Parts: sequence; structure tokens; C-alpha cells
Amino acid sequence: MRILGKGQIDRNRPVSFRFDGKSYQGYQGDTVASALLANDVRLMGRSFKYHRPRGVLTAGSEEPNALLEVVGATNQTPNVRATMQEIFDGLNTQSQNRFPSLSFDFMGVNDLLSQFLSAGFYYKTFMWPRAFWEKLYEPVIRRAAGLGRLSGKHDEGHYEKAYAFCDLLVIGSGPAGLAAALTAARAGADVILAEEDRELGGRLLADEPDLDGAPARDWVSSTEAELRSLPNVRVMTRTTVTGAYDNGTFGALERVGLHTPARADLPRECFWRIAAKRAVLAAGALERPIAFPMNDRPGIMLAGAVRSYLNRWGVTAGKRVTIFANNDGARQTARQLMAAGVEVAAILDSRTDATAIEDCPVYLGARVTDTSGRLGLRSISGAHVGGNFQIETDCLAMSGGWNPTVNLTCHLNGRPRWNVDIAAFVPSEGVVPGLSVAGSANGDFTTHACLAAGQAAAIEALAEIGVTAAAVPLPRAEGVPYAIQPLWLVEGKGRAWLDFANDVTSKDVKLSAQEGFTSVEHMKRYTTQGMAPDQGKSSNVAALAVLADATGRGIPETGTTTYRPPFTPVSIAAMGAGGRAMGFAPQRFTTSDQASRDRHAPMIEAGLWYRPSYFPKPGEKTWRESCDREVNMVRSAVGVSDVSTLGKIDIQGKDAARFLDLVYTNTFSNLPIGRVRYGLMLREDGLVLDDGTTARLDENHFLMTTTTAAAGLVMRHLDFIHQTHCADWDLRLISVTESWAQFAVAGPKARALLNAVLDAPLGDFPFMACGETQVGGVKGRLFRISFSGEEGYEVAVPSRYGESLFRDLVAKAEAMGGGPYGMEALNVLRIEKGFITHAEIHGRTTAFDIGMEKMVSPKKDCIGKAMAARPGMVGEEREQLVGLRLAQETKAFGGAHLFTQGAEVERETSQGYVTSVCWSPMFGATLAMGFLKNGRARHGEKIRIVDHLRDLDLLAEVCDPVFHDPKGEKLRA
Amino acid sequence: MPELIAKTALLGKKPVTFAGTTLAEGDAGPVASIALFPGQDKAAAKALKPLAFPAPNSFTESEAARLVWTGRDQAFLIGAEPPALGGIAAVTDQSGGWATLTLTGPMAVEALMRLVPLDLRATFAVGQAARAPLGHMQSILFRTAPDSFTLMVFRSMARTAWHEIEVALRSLAARAALA
Repeated sequence: MRILGKGQIDRNRPVSFRFDGKSYQGYQGDTVASALLANDVRLMGRSFKYHRPRGVLTAGSEEPNALLEVVGATNQTPNVRATMQEIFDGLNTQSQNRFPSLSFDFMGVNDLLSQFLSAGFYYKTFMWPRAFWEKLYEPVIRRAAGLGRLSGKHDEGHYEKAYAFCDLLVIGSGPAGLAAALTAARAGADVILAEEDRELGGRLLADEPDLDGAPARDWVSSTEAELRSLPNVRVMTRTTVTGAYDNGTFGALERVGLHTPARADLPRECFWRIAAKRAVLAAGALERPIAFPMNDRPGIMLAGAVRSYLNRWGVTAGKRVTIFANNDGARQTARQLMAAGVEVAAILDSRTDATAIEDCPVYLGARVTDTSGRLGLRSISGAHVGGNFQIETDCLAMSGGWNPTVNLTCHLNGRPRWNVDIAAFVPSEGVVPGLSVAGSANGDFTTHACLAAGQAAAIEALAEIGVTAAAVPLPRAEGVPYAIQPLWLVEGKGRAWLDFANDVTSKDVKLSAQEGFTSVEHMKRYTTQGMAPDQGKSSNVAALAVLADATGRGIPETGTTTYRPPFTPVSIAAMGAGGRAMGFAPQRFTTSDQASRDRHAPMIEAGLWYRPSYFPKPGEKTWRESCDREVNMVRSAVGVSDVSTLGKIDIQGKDAARFLDLVYTNTFSNLPIGRVRYGLMLREDGLVLDDGTTARLDENHFLMTTTTAAAGLVMRHLDFIHQTHCADWDLRLISVTESWAQFAVAGPKARALLNAVLDAPLGDFPFMACGETQVGGVKGRLFRISFSGEEGYEVAVPSRYGESLFRDLVAKAEAMGGGPYGMEALNVLRIEKGFITHAEIHGRTTAFDIGMEKMVSPKKDCIGKAMAARPGMVGEEREQLVGLRLAQETKAFGGAHLFTQGAEVERETSQGYVTSVCWSPMFGATLAMGFLKNGRARHGEKIRIVDHLRDLDLLAEVCDPVFHDPKGEKLRA
Repeated sequence: MPELIAKTALLGKKPVTFAGTTLAEGDAGPVASIALFPGQDKAAAKALKPLAFPAPNSFTESEAARLVWTGRDQAFLIGAEPPALGGIAAVTDQSGGWATLTLTGPMAVEALMRLVPLDLRATFAVGQAARAPLGHMQSILFRTAPDSFTLMVFRSMARTAWHEIEVALRSLAARAALA
């Protein structure tokens, strides 16, 4: 019910929204919870396990009950707290975990069976038959329990990530936070003030105390205006600081667009990483419920929340409200309700020594012993020294005291300490470096103390980073001490809920203790207390207090469970903003990309690169037809392929040759200028890192090429070796991969094609030569190397000319009966020739395994040499590179295992595995490469290939991996 | 043989402007890496005149060219052909290897701070340079005016870089429109 003249909603701006298909009206400034309460809707959800009807408990982000699904155009978001979701025109929400409707839920039958569904029920009941667990029990249980549903579709909403930096991060904007921010702001410090709510003010808005004799709101407004006017202050509302991490870094989630209709480009949420030199935690405190019998009905709320709804939204949660509390704070709720004209039926104060003087009946030493009302509270039963009584009431405002919001102080393994005076845990000091705590978060429960502590914390924090801040005048505020007498549990007949979100009752906690799970961490896991989306914010302390009682220990000895980030749920979509679909990783395009796509080449991903798979010609129906044609084209005429993606590392200096001798297994210092040599590189552990060619451009100038896959890896390896082994050498390394567009020209007509494009005809240019060249007036480089087994060249020009040269090469090649070839053909060509790729040097093979042990020079040391000589790295027991040949065409079987004929096919009897497979149009056979135990000695043997994934069982002949031109005559033609 | 045609990484993509901030492809002209050999600082200082070899995280400039710090003992000479530095420094041509983007306007800092984990506000003054991640890419960035940054990314990644910066600008413009 809305109360005239109360609240800060904008009554000139009505807003309509939907809840469970029905339209409701609220005002600008309402949350779903406040608007539903204003419409007298108390039932907002069903509980997790027993499907009990539930209403809103709190007015903040700790809400355990009122969780909704928000249905938007691009996404359906489950478990949205009704207390945090602001309403806007067109907002569509629905309740969750109920069928068919919120007021009638079939699964409510669970509640009748609650006797049998206590903690540990599943573990005891569903133990056998064992096989039933996965197939039957678990799916049924999962369907019955649980909260919101996902849509099963991609979340196509737009999210954002951002970084921020500051001198002082102030977390929370209640009295302590505002005082801290104002003090720091006036000192000229670089300040970020983060507030979870849409408005600054914290409890000043909800409690409306007087400051300087005027409503607190006035001071909040003037302070906010000043902060927003200063260039050194960033005010971030709707921003929850969710985690404290190392080195003053904090995670924060900003609700950017969740409070408005979706609009193009507007992020829904932004995940911030804030690096703060110092931080002040002024996150306030959270009120805790009291566990009394049947304390979970809609209409039973926290007293502070009832106050919030009254003062912030002008809503009373009931027409006849009852208060049940163990502290003075809740009296404010009664007084403010009565001042607003709401009837307060009674105050039940559990203390016997509290004042009984109020404008309504007060029962001292009183307890609530039972409640009634299936879908909403109707009445309560109470008891006190004078006997039992019953009260008709539709709202019970309870308060079991307040817990300082210590969460962030525990994120780096700090543990809070127990403060007897306020019967609550308070932060230990210095547990998060650079973070100090002020105000209610530190256990100061008066406005006056909060203001003073916030200011002091700011001054002290800034002094540590050399900023002198002066005390600013703070408003006068109340300083009445907070009085509390602990009351955790009212014993009685009915169930008393501790954790509303996960349906954990006091009985469950006691059962846990009874069954030996007496550690608080064990109790948590046994009962699931504190494991719901609210992470037990309203229940942790009460649950451990009940556990302490059940085990005969004190609360401090029992201790708390571990508080972990995030403080409130953070959507993965926000943390991974921009990373969905193609945003997952950068895309790298070659200079010939458009030219390849113009020819309808399907592009495949090679690392981050996109490379043409094949170039289909009219009439070709399958990739194999195109691939076979391209292979034949290279073998008989000429083919052009973009090989720019291979890594290119420029190495210069007087010690360049010496460095190459160190990183390669073979020698490079004796390589003549103008020549290229194949090199093999080992990791420090002796396994093969990469292979490639290196050209000597000048006495002290080399150009190394790496494989595409290992370009970054090799650059990093070389930098590492340089810095750790020979930092003082005359040596400089830099990647030039991106600077050159490089094209392979291969085939018997390769020379003719080059002569058609180079500015001067090619003279004597033997195999493994390199030198400068000129193409179309542009200086380039030419290498005579081959990855196809044919006479091959690679011509490189500065990358800005790449597209132009590619188009030109291809056009001229086509005139000669050649053309472009893609990755598929490139792969066939290299398998036919027995050239390895990272399919073979996959990180577990040695130079010996790939038949290159002779390339490890005995005359010099190199990285990995000693480790490559370890026992077990060389010998007959090793799986060695072999070729495999089958006459028939078959599905590819990379990854298949090899077995000796006649042997049993078992994991233990595997003789090796297949790494690369292709159909060779040249040999009319299936060719493969693989690793076989003692394989080099087994050429000629028939070996069995078993591929369980593709259901293949084949017989192949083991042979040398080089099928094509074993003597290399074509290369040298 | 006809002359080869030079193309920039983004093939002359048109600039985009959101709420007064403009993202554009630049053409840096010649770019050369200059990595000083050990002990060659003095010789380099002489050979590079009028440009001074930049201190870490900064750049120096003359009328024609900039020398931008890009790593330990390494800088990129942008806008002019390198002088003869035989034996003094390792020089490589990096001209086409980098895409150059400029971001100019009131939202430039905020947009970049969506992608670059550095404080790019006033403390990152005109004349400063950094090698820093831009999303998942590595970049060279430097501030050329209070509201203007130049970014260099691998040529092959230019489209991704453009896309990510444009998305950041669009988001900021949408936020501004909301307020």
C-alpha cells in the first residue's frame, strides 16, 4: 500500500511493468519489490527445496526470497533480485521455480514431505542402486529443486569491461562513505565513490535521521552535488564492488542499462577492474532475521527493510504491522510507521529490560511462537511472561540485530573477529592491504560515529600516500548507543528457517551437529546453508550461532565459513564482455584475404589466422575435387600460396650467428651469406620446439622463419634465451612477420612464373639460395625453399604490396595452367614429401623420434641438447616417425592407434598413433604419417590401424615417411 | 610488370565519429625499428639528430618524424626513412606491418580505458608512449595531443582493433545519451 507524502519516488512519472503476465503500475524510482508491495502483492517467489510461498525479506542486494526472471528481447536473466531491479515501462518479469503458477505450485507437495527431506536426505536415500543416481535420481532432484531457468539461447545482450584507477576508492555511500569521499575530494585526491544503489545515501535514505536538524536527504543531496561538481571525483552509482584482489585491485559490477528498456549499444552491465592506491570500505551492515517457528511467510520481513520501503518508496508492507526484535533499532520502524499513519499492532521485544513506552502495545521478554497464513501472513502467536497471545497482523517486521558487511575484508583470507557488544563479527584490521573499514561495516552503529569514522579513515588512508587531507565540517547527528541482547532461535513446534534461500532450518543445523558435522565448514556443506545465490548474507551468523549452541561451543570458537568473491552474483557475460562468438579472440587476416574470398575460397582458422582451405572451380562439388586438382597443378605446372603467416624473426648483431648456434641443434655460423638452411629447435627439456629455415642476409644479419603455430612461441623463447643466457651479447631480435607478405611459388613452371613477375629475370639461383629482388618497382626478397617437394621459391614484398602481388602472381600462374592452392593441397603436398608440421612435432617428440637426431650437432652445445640425451629419450622403445600407406580410399584417421597384427587391441598394446593423413592423387593411395615403436626398423611390415572414434579397422604398410622424390631431385631442378 | 599497388591495413576505411570522438585509420608513412646495439648510445644520439633516443614510455619528435619507445633499447622511427646506423643499431623495415589508428576527441581516454589496462588520464601526458595490451592484442600507443592518441597494432589484427574501439565508442555514446 502506498502512503501519501512518503517516499522519494517520482509520482508524476507512472511506470507500468509486468509480473507473471499481469500488468502493474509503479512510479519512476520503484524497484519491482517496492512496486509489488505497493500493489499489495506479497507473494513473490517459491522456496528452493520445499517450494514454500515466499515474499520479499529485505530491501537490498542480500535478498534471499524474491528472485525473478527478467525476460528481455535478447536474453532471459534468472535469479534477479526484485529488490535490485528497478522498474521501467515494458519491464517483463516472472516468478520462478513453480509450476503451474506462483499461487498454486505442484511441487508444494515437497513441503508436506519435509519430514523426510531434511539435510543429508539425498545422501542417505539415494545411495542405491548406484546406477540410478545419474540416470534417475539426480535429474529428478534437479528438476524439483533449483531456481531460475536459462533460455538455452546465446545471451546476445551487450556488455562492457573497463579499467579505472584512483587514489582512494570509497565503497558505499552511507554516512561513513560520504564523509570519506567528501574529505578526500576536498583534499584534491583522485576519488572513486562506488554505490550499489541507484542513489547515494545508504541508510541515511532508509532511516531518515536528522542531520543538523534537517532531513538527512538534504545533506546527502548537497554532498552529492559537490562531489559531482569536482573533476577529481568519479561517482559510480548502481555499482557493486564485488571482490578485493591483490595489489589494491577491486572488481566491481555496474548495472548500466538494466534499469531502462534495452537500447542499441547500451551495455547491460559493465565489469570494472579498479586499481586503487587506498580503499575505504563503508559498506554498512546487513540486518539479520530471527529463527522462530514458521518465520518464512510472505509478510514477514526485516524491520530495516520495512523502514526502507516506507521512507524511500512510500510503501507500507502491511496495514497492521507487528514488530519482533531483540534490539533498539527496530523501535524506529514502529515509530516511523505510526507517524505515517500505519497501525502497529504490537512490539514484541525479546529483552526484559527494554523500555515499554511506545504509542502501541509493547510485550517485553516476548517471543513469536507460530504464524499462520498460507500465501501471506495472517496472524502470529506470541508468548511472554504474562502468557500466550495471538495477534492478527499482515506484516511482521523482525530484527535480530545487524551484521557488519565484512565480506570484502575476508577476500584475501582474512577472518573477522567477534564483538560481544554488538553480538556480531567485525573486520580484523589490516587483512586487506590498503583497505580500511569505517562506519557500520566496522561495527559503529550510530550516524554520528559513522560520519566521524569515515572522515578519519579517509584522512589516514590519504596520509599513507602522501596526500594531506583536512577534516571537513560534518553535520550533527544522533549518537544513541545500540543495545542488543542476542536472540538467534525461538524453540517451538514448527520449522524455524535460518537460510531462506536454500531452505535450511535450525533443525537441519542441529542434525548436522548430531551427525558429526560440527565444523562450520562441514555444517555448511551438509546443510547447504549459505550456498544459495545470496551466499548466506542473512543467515550465516545465525546458523553458526545455532551450531555453536548445538555443539556447546561459543560463537568465536565456532568461527565463520570463508567469504569469497563475488560479494553479489556477477554475470559471466559481464566478466567476459566482448568475448562472445567472434569476439573470443582477435582475427588475423593476410594481405591476400580479399583476393582469396573473391575466388570463393572457404577460409579456415589456423591459430588466429584465416587461410584459404581450397579454391573451388566451377563444377567442383567437393573439397576433395578441388584439393586433388590443386595438388596435380603444383606437381605438373605451378601453384601460388600465401605463406605470410609463418613467423619471421629478424636477428642482427655480431653475435647473431653464435646465438643461432645456441638455439638451433645444427650449426648456422658456417652458413654462407645468401644461403638458407633448415634448422631444428629444442625446448629446454630436450623435446622439439619448432623447425624452420633461416637465411643469412649478411654477415651479421639473419632472417629466421618459424611455423605459423609457433611464431609467438619461438619469439618468446628467443627473447627468454637472450635475456637469461646471453644478455650481454651483441644481438637484437624483432618480429617482422607482419612486415612482409610472402608467397610460395612451387612447381615445374615456378621459375617461368617468377620470370614473368620479377623486374629482372632470375639468374643462377640454386636450391636454398636467398637474395634481394625487385617486383613491380618494389624491393623484395627471394628464397629458394620448398614445402611441397617441387622446385619452389618464396617471394616476399613489404606487406602493403601483398594483395597486389598475390593477384598478379595468380593471374599469371593461371595463364600457365597453374593457379592458387589452399591449405588442403599444401597439406597433401607436404605429406607426400614427408615434411613434418606441428601435427608431428606436437611437444612430446624428440629429434630422435622424427629421425633428425643427426641434426643435433656433436660439435657444439645447444639449448635442450643435454636434456635430449636423458635415458628414455632415444632408443628402440621410442615411437619413431614412419610413413603409412594404404591402397584404398578411406575416411581420415588422424589420432588412430597402431597395433601389431594378431595382437589384442588394448590400450597397453598400442604400438603408436597416426598424426597426419591424406589421399594422394599422385600415388592413388592413402598416405599417412605416424609414430610407431621402433618404427624405422619395421618398414615393410603390415600394421593394423584402429580408429575407435570413426569405427575404422585398417591394414597399412609401414614405410619411409618420404613418399615423393626421396632423393630431392625435383627440389634442386 | 606493372607497378605494385600499396594498400593500408584497413584499405582506407572511412573514419567514424561518436559523440565528438573520431576513430580513423592513419598512414604512418615509413616505420623502422631501431634497436641499439650494446654500448652504442652515444653514437646513436649523434646519428639520430635532431631526434633524441626516447626514454622508456615516451617519444621524441621533430617536424618530420617521431621516435617512439617500443621496448628495451628499441624505438620505432615513424614518418621518415632511417639514417645510416650500420653497427650502431639493428634496423628493420616495419612500415606495412603495423596498422595505425588515431582516436581523437573527448571520449578518447574513456574508450581506450575499456581496452587498455593503463591509467590513460592526465598522468599519461602528451609525449608519453606505452606498449600495452589492447584487448587481446598487443599495441603501441602514444598521446599526441590532450585529446588524441595514436595506436599501432599488427596489420593483420587491424579489423579487430577497429571493431573493439568502435564498440567502446558506441557504448560510451549510448551511455552519454542515457544521462
